[in-house]
Amino acid sequence: MIFTMNRKFIFLLIALIVLMALPFVAEAIGESYVISSMTRVLIFAMAAVSLDLIVGYGAMVSFGHAAFVGLGAYVAAILSFHVNEAIPVFNFPFSYDGSNNLLLILLVAMLVAALVAAVTGLISLRTHGIHFIMITLAFAQMLYYLFISLDTYGGEDGLLMQGRNQLPVIDTSDDRSFYFLCLFILAVYIVLALRLVNSQFGRVIQGCKLNEKRMQALGFNTYWYRLTAYIIAATGAAVAGVLLANKTEYVDPGLFSWHLSGELLVMVILGGLGSIYGAVIGAIVYLLLEQILSAYTEHWMFYLGPILIFVVIFARNGLYGLLQKRLNGHA
Amino acid sequence: MLLFIEQVLNGLQLGFMLFLLSAGLTLVFGVMNLINLAHGSFYMVGAYVAATVMQATGSFLLALLVGLIMAGLCGLLVEVIVLRHLYKRDHLDQVLATFGLILFFNEGTRMIWGRQPLFMQVPELFSGSVEILPGIPYPVYRLLIIVTGLLVATGLYLLINHTRLGMRIRAGASNRSMIAALGVNIRWLYSLVFALGALLAGFAGVMAAPLFAVESGMGESILILTFVVIVIGGIGSVKGALLGALLVGLVDTLGRAFLPDLLQWMSASDNANSIAASLSSMGIYLLMAAILAFKPRGLFPAG
Repeated sequence: MIFTMNRKFIFLLIALIVLMALPFVAEAIGESYVISSMTRVLIFAMAAVSLDLIVGYGAMVSFGHAAFVGLGAYVAAILSFHVNEAIPVFNFPFSYDGSNNLLLILLVAMLVAALVAAVTGLISLRTHGIHFIMITLAFAQMLYYLFISLDTYGGEDGLLMQGRNQLPVIDTSDDRSFYFLCLFILAVYIVLALRLVNSQFGRVIQGCKLNEKRMQALGFNTYWYRLTAYIIAATGAAVAGVLLANKTEYVDPGLFSWHLSGELLVMVILGGLGSIYGAVIGAIVYLLLEQILSAYTEHWMFYLGPILIFVVIFARNGLYGLLQKRLNGHA
Repeated sequence: MLLFIEQVLNGLQLGFMLFLLSAGLTLVFGVMNLINLAHGSFYMVGAYVAATVMQATGSFLLALLVGLIMAGLCGLLVEVIVLRHLYKRDHLDQVLATFGLILFFNEGTRMIWGRQPLFMQVPELFSGSVEILPGIPYPVYRLLIIVTGLLVATGLYLLINHTRLGMRIRAGASNRSMIAALGVNIRWLYSLVFALGALLAGFAGVMAAPLFAVESGMGESILILTFVVIVIGGIGSVKGALLGALLVGLVDTLGRAFLPDLLQWMSASDNANSIAASLSSMGIYLLMAAILAFKPRGLFPAG
């Protein structure tokens, strides 16, 4: 047991060192665009982890998770838009001018996502299985069309941000600092997610996945547990959304699209359901595959598709499942 | 009033088109318990092949025939090579694999036909319009879609309820191992059902080709609508698919046609137009959320 823990620990340590060293290496060899694309990978890894919390642990397959990424991104863009344009966000019951403070924006984004998740979750969680997949998709599509109709915020064209949101001490406009900020947030999020999954709450959620009736018989009100998990996952996605908006300094309704929700699901399944590290690995591998293949051929999707199919058929528990066999030392 | 009748017909036409797609999808789900995101790809294949054959030969009948065969063939190949291995797997594995298929097919059509959309002429025989009621001219081609949709619906009803094959399909949907134990070649049955679904999707694609731009990714926008249809109707039920398709077709079309005027009439604000546009796009999703909130398994849950 200790031996296997060690192997896993060493593996994590190496991964962390590589991620820490990456920006310096990239700058040294003059390929600083790598920093930007790795920042994107880290942000998507965070979104994937948040999705895995409900899909992998709670068997709540959401096909609308991108909606919360989109909400987070739009909160960041809209609040700073109002500061820059000097128009209050709202005047009633008090006047609010918007903000460019990243911490505050993260908080607001999480609140907004939690609120939307609470309302949509109340309805969605009445359904199960494929119906849940479709109803979450429906809510995401509604938000997609809602943001298309918001002409003030660019409608279908989206909204350009004038620079990133700011933090004290850290200069977010510097790509390397921003990379480390994202890495830090991802690391904290992974630790929190692991604690959550192994807490009593996490056990109940996993119990619901295996046998919800039995959990109910044990006296747990599973509906509220699942709703809480759904809300927690939404806030994680919103944080990823804020970071994504800050990274590209641009938001558009495409962030809500089912295509992004689908990609997030693919990352989670590719990495291996129900493991936090699996979601991270899935995000890294999917986005890197995308970038590497697209460097060789314009028709990269033609090759990515069969690779995904291959993984499904031959790696039953995703990539992390393959890796875990090696880490645990038994084939 | 005249406008209303015309829009109702448009709604029915969209509805029957959706029915062609959702009948196959709901059968595949009901019988094989398989989520197929790539169903829209067969629609796309049908449309591309038909548009190409039509351009080359000018014969709509030939285009229809080749389009159907190619879509059915694609379905058969996909089932035999990939999906057959996934029936017993988790739904999520199926989602991932069929997502891979979407990427493959979309990029494949781009490689063969390029990025420019194709356009297909409405066949000459059906290019005019008729007066269905005095003062309401309506394009013959759209009527043709409604009529063929009705024919297919009847055909499917007869096939499923009054033939030996249909009996086996229904038996397969309710108890897989039992029907296999009774000596029915279940593998062959599955391949056949899947190919039939792909064929119907291809048929929808051929019929849609003269109305929409034929382009890569055209399958996905309609696939989402198709999923809405089968979820509203109840998964696995062809009757549900028909009613769901007509409901979605009508709500979507009528919402887009009349909601803007209605809102304008109620409030003269400048935002009314864009709000109406987004509300009418949201219409079917609101419908679906409402139906699922009260009937979590759809209107006609099968089995």
